[in-house]
Amino acid sequence: MSIFIDGSTRLVVQGITGRDGSFHTKQMMEYGTHVVAGVTPGKGGQTFEGSVPIFNTVEDAVRETGANTSVIYVPPAFAADAMFEAADAGVDFIVCITEGVPVLDMTRVRPYVREKGARLLGPNCPGLLSPGKSKVGIIPGHITQPGPVGLVSRSGTLTYEVVFKLKQAGIGTTTCVGIGGDPINGTDFIDCLAAFQADGETTAIVMIGEIGGTDEQDAARYVKENLSKPVVGFIAGQTAPPGRRMGHAGAIISGSAGTAEEKMQAFRDNGIGVARRPLDVVGLIQEAL
Amino acid sequence: MNIHEYQAKELLVAQGIPVPMGEVATTPEEAEAITRRLGGAVVIKAQVHAGGRGKAGGVKLAKTPEEAKEKAAAILGMQIKGLTVHQVLIAPAEEIASEAYVGIIMDRASKAAVWMVSAAGGIDIEEVAATTPEKITKLPVDPRYGFLPHQAYLLATKLYDDARQQRQAAQILLQLYRAFVENGASLAEINPLITTPSGEVKAIDAKFNIDDNELFRKPWVEALRDESSEDPAEVLAREAGLTFIKLDGDVGCVVNGAGLAMATMDLVKYYGGEPANFLDIGGSSNPEKVVNALKIITSDPNVKVILFNIFGGITRTDDVANGIVTAIGQSPIRVPIVIRLTGTNEEIAVKILADAGFTALTDMDEAVEKAVELAKQGGNS
Repeated sequence: MSIFIDGSTRLVVQGITGRDGSFHTKQMMEYGTHVVAGVTPGKGGQTFEGSVPIFNTVEDAVRETGANTSVIYVPPAFAADAMFEAADAGVDFIVCITEGVPVLDMTRVRPYVREKGARLLGPNCPGLLSPGKSKVGIIPGHITQPGPVGLVSRSGTLTYEVVFKLKQAGIGTTTCVGIGGDPINGTDFIDCLAAFQADGETTAIVMIGEIGGTDEQDAARYVKENLSKPVVGFIAGQTAPPGRRMGHAGAIISGSAGTAEEKMQAFRDNGIGVARRPLDVVGLIQEAL
Repeated sequence: MNIHEYQAKELLVAQGIPVPMGEVATTPEEAEAITRRLGGAVVIKAQVHAGGRGKAGGVKLAKTPEEAKEKAAAILGMQIKGLTVHQVLIAPAEEIASEAYVGIIMDRASKAAVWMVSAAGGIDIEEVAATTPEKITKLPVDPRYGFLPHQAYLLATKLYDDARQQRQAAQILLQLYRAFVENGASLAEINPLITTPSGEVKAIDAKFNIDDNELFRKPWVEALRDESSEDPAEVLAREAGLTFIKLDGDVGCVVNGAGLAMATMDLVKYYGGEPANFLDIGGSSNPEKVVNALKIITSDPNVKVILFNIFGGITRTDDVANGIVTAIGQSPIRVPIVIRLTGTNEEIAVKILADAGFTALTDMDEAVEKAVELAKQGGNS
């Protein structure tokens, strides 16, 4: 099994004719993802690569092709509206790759998507990949293989580094999810941990965090209270210098500086194995399996 | 993006919030003239993108124009957290009866903008929050309906007992919320929000942080950027589409992706070295980005070795290889370079580098260990 995407995923690509959209659509098709439709306003009626029909709106794409998942590669100025549009069209799962979406826009998008009953991943994320089944987003297909590990990460290339090291050690993944690093996004660590706990094939979980905020600390407590599967964690930014912080509000709201040390301590306190470097994730997972 | 206190105050004034504004001076003589014009005592405040100015000696009271000239001379040119003070704000000194704190921030945990207000404002507000959190009132704003007048009034009643001051404060909170939204801020705070002995409510200090993702649609905010108050290498990096933060070590790092860049710095430290910088060349790199990255890193005299760590996903490793070869063709690099490349078009990249006389490694740990060792040898390969 896998989480969020699998062989039944029918994907519509918003921004399919753009530079990034077209490049990654080809990669997803090569990987075996069922790309059933594309959307670019004004290009309805054309086809992409001779096989994928292009529509003017997501609503048309869903009605004509039965798309149940959307991936967004449109520029930041249009990304919020693209997410609203996908939710309005009744898509179940929306993945927004776009980097640079204003946070204020996300404060409106997030509750809207939830009220429509859809799940959002991102924005500013690499998407997700269920090896051998489906890939939605930009994670390179060749760096992982099917296996028992569920992986969730706030990072992009650091995720690739870790799944590739696992693969080199012969360990594959059920699903590899990049939730992105923006302050307000859709799916978070806890959503993924809950899904991996419920997934029959996932037997161990890797969680990759970064400095800033308290999401990792919250996730660590969730692990202790709700998960029976072993979890291994890594935090990037152990040597990051304290910033030239302006204003008091950040410290008042969370009571935390969001340092790597705080997060690693929260991991240890809640029974999560802490990897000091990306390579150490492999050893800890081998012990856990 | 950070803006200066005087710029933040201008955003408040634009909404109608009462602010004793003052004027900006760049020389002691200007400070003297402004003080004479304002008449009476003034506060001279360093305009730098750093907190803790008061504790660093960057805020001083002056009773006369002569004293203002003298104090401004002491503050102008001083360093606060590594940043040089180029401007001071000369603001009329106010008599203060009470100090409150009001702030609004985009909060990860609430997934919304959240208000925080406290009648116990001033420079020790963080200590108030840590030791007596019950003195802080928090209120999340539902973005679909905005900040409602009754909510502003509710918060104002937490600050003041006097009915007139409550009405004034409620008005200021609504105006501050508008400034927060219209300027695309991720943080807006007034600290302190004072009352004067005659009972007026006024903003004495203000801070705004702007969400960088808003700048494309808010050119008037982008125009507030003061490049002279930023690190020149960081300005150069931003213009080249790179994210760069200078550190104190000697291992220069060029990495794609922020998470991997941080993990690379951590690994440098793990193997006993010190990173010279954080540098993220981003996703879709072209050779020109690598050329600029090398220019920025080699301008740091502390750098003894340059470490590339590239995991090609969207980034094509052959682009990075071409960038390295081009940069070195333009101006020879005086320190050894350690290159780790893996992922998209790895074979082509290795060939490009080999033809130019470089060996590329594929393992991150091996590359970092080697770079740290070379730095310890003083950068002689």
